[in-house]
Amino acid sequence: MELKVVAFGIARDIIGGKETVVDLPEGIAAGEAMIRLKAQFPAFNELTSLQLAVNEAYVEPDYAISRGDELVLIPPVSGG
Amino acid sequence: MIEITPHKIDIPRLIAHVSDDGAGATDVFIGTTRNMTSDKMVVRLDFEAYEPMAIKEIQKIVDRAEAQWSILKYAVVHRVGTVEIGEEAVVIAVSTPHRQAAFEACKFIIDELKKTVPIWKKEIFEDGEVWVAAHP
Repeated sequence: MELKVVAFGIARDIIGGKETVVDLPEGIAAGEAMIRLKAQFPAFNELTSLQLAVNEAYVEPDYAISRGDELVLIPPVSGG
Repeated sequence: MIEITPHKIDIPRLIAHVSDDGAGATDVFIGTTRNMTSDKMVVRLDFEAYEPMAIKEIQKIVDRAEAQWSILKYAVVHRVGTVEIGEEAVVIAVSTPHRQAAFEACKFIIDELKKTVPIWKKEIFEDGEVWVAAHP
């Protein structure tokens, strides 16, 4: 399935734009999706952390991603 | 009240929002932008937020605070966009019957906000810019 991945902060600088499209198998675990994204963008490995939010919430690595999920890359937060 | 805003934060409005006849105490945390980081001069800060999730995560933090302390009213407002040196980037106000809860709840909310809420700040220097805490 083709999914849009939105990036904020330094993640946006790394992917070179606000979003990218990735092709992932239906039901892939979020942790596995993150491994693939890091392989595609190795600079992600240098960050202190990088999380995947799905539909506006943090998910566990075993969360199964489905068609229509909104994926957002969350680099280290620094609000407040 | 939870808001993400590009506008200057109206602190008196937030204090008025949390006022309650049952409150013996109101605590207000104001986070302002500093002009120095390590030993480098900061020209300004730029903030961005994943807004719908930021509001949800702030709500989760407030819900946890309400489970631990008797909070009458609260207001959490975070700015996005450019915040000049000395300006308020985040304001948290809570009102409670007794003061200990006000101090503790307000501190809890800002401490947790800094850990989980999807908001990012970039420090702008004369000679470059850095996303805070992005790299070890």
